[in-house]
Formats: sequence, C-alpha cells, structure tokens
Amino acid sequence: MNRERLYRWIFTALAFSSLFFLVGITVVLFKEGLPVFREVGLFEFLGGKSWYPTYEPPDFGIRPLILGSLWVTVGALFVCVPLGVGTALYLNELAGPRQRAVLKPIVEVLAGIPSIVYGFFGMVLVAPFIQDLFNIPVGQTAFTGSLLLGVMATPTVASIAEDSLSFVPKSFREASFAVGANRWQTLTRVVIPAAGSGISTAIILGMSRAVGETMTVLMVCGGAAVIPDSFFEPVRPMTATIAAEMGETVMGSAHYHALFAIGLILFLITLVFNVVAEIISRRYRLKLGLGR
Amino acid sequence: MDKQAFPHTARRPQSAGRQSPAQSPQKTDDTRDMAVRIRVRNIDFYYGNSRALEKIDMDIYKNRVTAMIGPSGCGKSTFIRLFNRMNDLIPHTRLDGLIELDNRDIYSSGADVVDIRRRVGMVFQKPNPFPKSIFENVAYGLEVNGIRNKKLKEARVVDSLKKAALWEEIKDRIHESALRLSGGQQQRLCIARCLAVDPEVILFDEPCASLDPISTRKIEELLLELKESYTIVIVTHNMQQAARVSDYTAFLYMGKLIEFGETQKLFTVPRNKMTEEYLTGKFG
Ligand SMILES: Nc1ncnc2c1ncn2[C@@H]1O[C@H](COP(=O)(O)OP(=O)(O)OP(=O)(O)O)[C@@H](O)[C@H]1O
Ligand SMILES: [Mg+2]
Repeated sequence: MNRERLYRWIFTALAFSSLFFLVGITVVLFKEGLPVFREVGLFEFLGGKSWYPTYEPPDFGIRPLILGSLWVTVGALFVCVPLGVGTALYLNELAGPRQRAVLKPIVEVLAGIPSIVYGFFGMVLVAPFIQDLFNIPVGQTAFTGSLLLGVMATPTVASIAEDSLSFVPKSFREASFAVGANRWQTLTRVVIPAAGSGISTAIILGMSRAVGETMTVLMVCGGAAVIPDSFFEPVRPMTATIAAEMGETVMGSAHYHALFAIGLILFLITLVFNVVAEIISRRYRLKLGLGR
Repeated sequence: MDKQAFPHTARRPQSAGRQSPAQSPQKTDDTRDMAVRIRVRNIDFYYGNSRALEKIDMDIYKNRVTAMIGPSGCGKSTFIRLFNRMNDLIPHTRLDGLIELDNRDIYSSGADVVDIRRRVGMVFQKPNPFPKSIFENVAYGLEVNGIRNKKLKEARVVDSLKKAALWEEIKDRIHESALRLSGGQQQRLCIARCLAVDPEVILFDEPCASLDPISTRKIEELLLELKESYTIVIVTHNMQQAARVSDYTAFLYMGKLIEFGETQKLFTVPRNKMTEEYLTGKFG
C-alpha cells in the first residue's frame, strides 16, 4: 500500500517534470531577456534595421535577423509542403504494404539525422553547387538554407500529414466510391478536405521545426546580419545569431541580454505555432467525430 | 474506365468448370417470369485464402425488395458488396463465378466500375455523411458524375431529399453541416445522396442497425415507397423487418445460400430445416 503510494508519487513527479522545465525556461528567458528593453526600447529592438552588437555604441536592431528567419522558413515551406504532403499522400493512398514498409523507415531515418550533418552536407556540397549554378559570389544564401531546412522539416510534415490522412474514416471513402466517384475525386474532394486541418497542423509543426533549427542555418546561410533583397543573398536567422555570438558576450552585458531576448522571441513564435497546431488538430478530430 | 485506379480489383480467373450462366438456381414457380436485375451464378469469394462465400446461385428481381438474413459473419455484407464491386477496395480478395447486372457481366475486363457503382447505389450500416453541408452531400454524387449545371443540380438535390423523406425536416438548413443531423436524418441523407445519381438498384446493409424505432419505421416506410421505382436489396438482422418490407428472402449460413424464395413462403413454410431453426431463434 505504502509502496503503491510511493510509485504513484514518483511517476507523478516524473510526469510533471516537463512542466517544471517549461516554467523554468520561461522564467529564465524573461529574466535574462527583458533587461535589454531598458537599454533599447521594445520597438527599436524589434524594428531596428541594424544589428551591430559589438560596436561602440552598439546597435541592437533585430529586424534583419527576424527577416532572415522568416525568409528561410517561408523558403523551407516551399520545399517541405510539396515533399511532405506528397509523401504522405503516396504512403496513404498509393503505396502497397511493401512500399510502405520500405519508405516509412526511410522518412524516419531522415528525421533522425543530426542537424550538423545536414549543415556539413549543405556547406560542402549544396552551397558550392548553388554558387556555380546561379553564378553568385557566395553559395551560402537564404535559398541554400531554405532547401536544407525544407528537407529537414519534410519528415515532420510527412508523418503528421500521413497520420491525419489515415484518421479519415474508411466510411467516407466507401461513401464516395459508392456514388461512382473515382479514386482521384475521392482523394481530392473527400479525403484531403477531411484531413485538411490535420495537414495544416503538419505544416505548422514543420514550420516550427524550421524556425527553431540552428546548426544548419548557422552553417549554410552565410551569416550576414543585413536585410536581404533576394533569396540568393546571405542571411543571419535568429537562431544562428544566438549560437554564433553567445560565446563572445560578457555575462550580464547588454549584448548578453539582447541574445536572451532573441531566444525569448523564438520561444514565443514556436509556442504560438504549437498552440495553433493543437487547436486546429483538436477541432479536426471533433469534426470527424473522433473525440479528443 | 479508371481501371488502373483500383489495383486490388478482384479478378476472375478464366472460368475453369464454371456452370453455364443460363442454369438457374432452385426457385419457386411463381418467380419464373420475373425480370432479373442481378444474376448470380456459382460464385465463390475469398478473403486471402479463406472462403467467405461458397457456390452461390441467386437472382435479384427487378422492382422487388430482396432481404438477406443470416447469423453474424455468414457473409451477407460480403455478398451484397459484390454487386457494386465494393470489395474491390479490399486487397487480396478473389471472386470466382459470374455476376450480371441487366445481363452484363460486371466483373468482365471491359466493365466500367464507376458506371456500375452509379447504377448500383449503397447505403451503409452506420450513417456516413461527409463532413460537408447537407446540400453538398447530396450534390457530391452529381458532381463526380459530371453534372455541373447549377439549376439542374439544385433541382436534383431537392428532388432526392424529397424522395428520401427528409426535405420537410431540413429545407431551411440545407447549407448547414450534415453532421448536425440526428442519426435517422443522417441515414435518410445518405439515402438521398444515393438516390441523387439515379441508381437502378439500391443495396442497404443493415440501414437501421444504429437507429431508434421511430427512425427505423421511417426508413421502412421509405423502402416500401422506393421499391416502386428501384430494385432493393436489404441486409437485416431483424426478422420482422425482413418480413415487413421484403418480397423475397435469402437465408445465408456460413457463406452458403441455404434457402431463397418468396418472403411469405420462406417465413411460413421454410423448406430447409436450418432456415426454420434460424427463424425460430434456435441459433444465430
Ligand atoms: N475485410 C475482410 N478481410 C477478411 N475477412 C473478412 C473481411 N470482411 C469480412 N470478413 C470475413 O468474412 C466473413 C463474412 O463477413 P461479413 O461481414 O460478410 O458477414 P455479415 O453476414 O455481413 O455479418 P454481420 O451480420 O455481422 O454484418 C466473416 O467470417 C468475416 O470475418
Ligand atoms: Mg454485415
């Protein structure tokens, strides 16, 4: 009896530890990030056009960094949405059991490759290739970053989209075929709309992955903290900035607080993505009558 | 058309030792002159290696209601799903034998699956409206069959909802989600969706299984009305229902057709001992 209580207590504590971490991270981010706003105003911080944290006096405008993140994330969407959703549709609709058995693990392996490996691959192979292909001065660009991030986010999109397709009740397909619809019509007019919000969730979570990715963008995006004019210029996303500069800052300095503030903003962005994804997927399950 | 789209299509091997299509199953005399809509000859059906239907011969008569009864798992659903080639969607299935719709082999290599499914509609055990509006649910079948004209579409939707005895109840909210309807209304909506494409045969697989008695009665009344213009096959576990709505009854047991004949005769003087035992509740 006593033992049972003990186990119960242990597992409860373990289960709630993630809440503890979340609260801890939030507190630290706010505590270390907020002081920068005393140094520079919130508006200036978010909207400022130049990021020269080591100049005298320093400039802490993160607009180029936000835009850097935005560009590579949007670029990544153009890669991971067609690839991920296409893979999910293929797995769910066309592949026989044998193709599935081969392809699913491959997609999962893709998800498991460490980001440094993607970065390395991007730096050594993709960037020079792009430099030659488009005849541009450097191969490390927003475009390069987008490509690699897109490939990295593909497994996330594919596996969540595939889940949502397989949640579409068999009875919808049967009803569609029974009135004489062919496979294509059933797919585009019944299955995809029914799985639509699940697919949106997949895309949002893929985006969330792309925004937060650090190592790869650090290695392949070129790192210039300027507002980009085109996809074929170097950019410096927020994550890369923190990773690159954290080592050189003096603890407690304005620069140090500014990096925490960037972290805080990243955290809020991904939080919003995840909450939106959760709301959509919940609504979708209700819509299909699957409960929560 | 679109054969490629169904990789699992059941194929019939070139009939080794199949009986001639002309040969009739046992039947009572008064059925001799009836027009046959679906002709089933000597079929066997397999899920993988297990045989679900065995040597079935049977006729489905035009503008009549044929009921399928039998204990759970005897193959009723499997059997009627052959009539609109619904089992094609299940991998590793195989059909031997002949099934004709209006004298044409529906499993021949030239058969048009989409056309067959349009001509042989189906209503399922659990109401399965799409998560779309009432209107869109009924219009769906029209649209996939190439009817684009808005006026025509609207007219057909309203007409089908009326035929399905649902129009009066929902006419003010046909653009609301179908999922907000009650179970009985949803089932009538599914009937309307099926009627919209103007089928000749309608297959009902336990259409009242998930409905309350009042909705059940409504559907039964509807069936009696529909039989004027359609050929109906209904699977049911409810003996009273079979007796009330059907003209012919088939009793299946373990994948075999044990007895088939006029409902009245089959229920009052069954020829087979097993039929009698099933009807009197001795097993099943
Ligand atoms: N998709 C399937 N794969 C393999 N076996 C199946 C499949 N569907 C049905 N069967 C088997 O075929 C046999 C007949 O099933 P069927 O669903 O046709 O029975 P039924 O008479 O409709 O039963 P019920 O009254 O419970 O609906 C059963 O033994 C069942 O287990
Ligand atoms: Mg059944």
